[in-house]
Amino acid sequence: MLNRLSTYLYRRPRLVLGLLLGPPLLYFVVVYLGSLFALLLNSFYYLEEFTGLVVRQFTLTTYAKLFTPTNLGIFFRTASMALTVTIADAIIAFPLAYYIARFAPKKIKTYLYIAVTIPLWSSYLVRVYAWKLILAKEGIVSWFFNLFGLQFILDKILSIPVIGGSSLSLSPIGMFIAFCYIWLPYMIVPIQTALERVPKSLLEASSDLGANPAQTFRQVLLPLAFPGVVAGSIFTFSLTLGDFIVPQVLGNSRFFIGQAVYTYQGTAGNIPLAAAFTMGPIVIMIVYLLIARKLGAFDAL
Amino acid sequence: MRSRSSNSASPALVLGALGGLIFLHAPIWIIFLYSFTTDEATYTFPLPGFTTKWFGVALQRADLWSALSLSLKVAVVATAAALVLGTLAAAAVYRSNFFGREAISLLLVLPIALPGIVSGIALRSAIGTLDIPFSYWTIVIGHATFCVVTVYNNVLARFRRMQGSLVEASMDLGANSFQTFRHVVLPNIATALVAGGMLAFALSFDEVIVTTFTAGQQSTLPIWIFSQLVRPRDRPVTNVVATIVVLITFLPIFFAQRISASSADTEGETK
Repeated sequence: MLNRLSTYLYRRPRLVLGLLLGPPLLYFVVVYLGSLFALLLNSFYYLEEFTGLVVRQFTLTTYAKLFTPTNLGIFFRTASMALTVTIADAIIAFPLAYYIARFAPKKIKTYLYIAVTIPLWSSYLVRVYAWKLILAKEGIVSWFFNLFGLQFILDKILSIPVIGGSSLSLSPIGMFIAFCYIWLPYMIVPIQTALERVPKSLLEASSDLGANPAQTFRQVLLPLAFPGVVAGSIFTFSLTLGDFIVPQVLGNSRFFIGQAVYTYQGTAGNIPLAAAFTMGPIVIMIVYLLIARKLGAFDAL
Repeated sequence: MRSRSSNSASPALVLGALGGLIFLHAPIWIIFLYSFTTDEATYTFPLPGFTTKWFGVALQRADLWSALSLSLKVAVVATAAALVLGTLAAAAVYRSNFFGREAISLLLVLPIALPGIVSGIALRSAIGTLDIPFSYWTIVIGHATFCVVTVYNNVLARFRRMQGSLVEASMDLGANSFQTFRHVVLPNIATALVAGGMLAFALSFDEVIVTTFTAGQQSTLPIWIFSQLVRPRDRPVTNVVATIVVLITFLPIFFAQRISASSADTEGETK
């Protein structure tokens, strides 16, 4: 019986393919693409202010609401944060990625790789929480500054308008630190991958031709590692753009995109506006991905 | 002028790498430290005193136990769904060269590549539009979407490393497709399934962004923690819970990474 079924299937590879692909494809098309479609649909509905009910009727008024100065400010603020975090992460990630790719002994290398990737999968929320402890007014950072009598430097930093705040744990600076920390592994892995693909002979050739190490680094290694940096930046940029946990936990009253979406759909029940707002990061990411592709980031993934 | 040997790292590079590594891990140790503090109302450092009583207090909390059990139930079922769907998709992509093969990979990666808030609000829109009541299953369905890709990636990588001749030999020796799957394919992909499954479990157990949009009034462990972060009421208990979450997720992830890393090593050696 099983043998006959086996033979029957063996002769029909198309049927087998359909049986294999059917369930996952159905699930993703119905649940995921279906949801994305519902998202798009909702962004063209609107919320009746008096009744507080969603009116399912095509309109562009919800999109029009995005273009108020407050909301444009939210987009600008979030995108600037995402950009700064991306640049900072590239700088912090590079030495570690470079060391793992070129200098780490084989045995240590595996463990270093695991040390970098474990935070990718683990305890995102807990890792945000850690910074609430560290950056609190009475926490470690303040203690450290006090220890050396440098409190005035901290106060000075916190008094900077726009990015300062009452304490590091309630300021854009604090958010910036937490974002850099949380997304760092996403930057390290692609840079390391890109660096590992650079043949050693290329670096030797460069030094044979008279370049000093700094020149080799700047003119040979860095250009070859750049697609890796761009690949990593896709993650750091996209993840910062869509996050609402960090702004909610460490931010002040100035909203970020994720928070706006979270708040509108929650207390206000305004799913259409939340949906329209989400189109912001989607459009920004599409543009970003197109640029990244030009820069060769997809070969480095 | 002497150029530096290319086999040793400069002290500045080692320092930079070490700094990056400490930045990546030290904050977690600080959480461990804080779970022993006697301080109830602030995050004072240095800690005013040490105690282990908060672990006992946390164990008594009914709200925590119910959140933990919901998280575990969701993670188990989402992982099981991911194992089935991910393996099927990997097998399909590996076996045949059909039209739109690249699109499948892209589709499966989408839930973790797009900002979390996009998947969350998308599912929320669908739930709202279809008037589906929030339930255990709305959470599971949301989690399964982003868990599939971890299994898919691990299993597909293993398939590509497996020698096709093994399957052919099994068939030549008279085994049917089912026997071949049971005795040849399954043992070969077993550790990949374990690795992918453990990552999926950790991902689901820990997820908060999508869950916020699909849980309604239900509370998973990450949602419990999130509410405490926004409005701290039980700081010492939160510290303990944070420590426990790290410990619960650390082991499966560590072993999953070991499995992936070691099979990548053997791959390198056979080349």
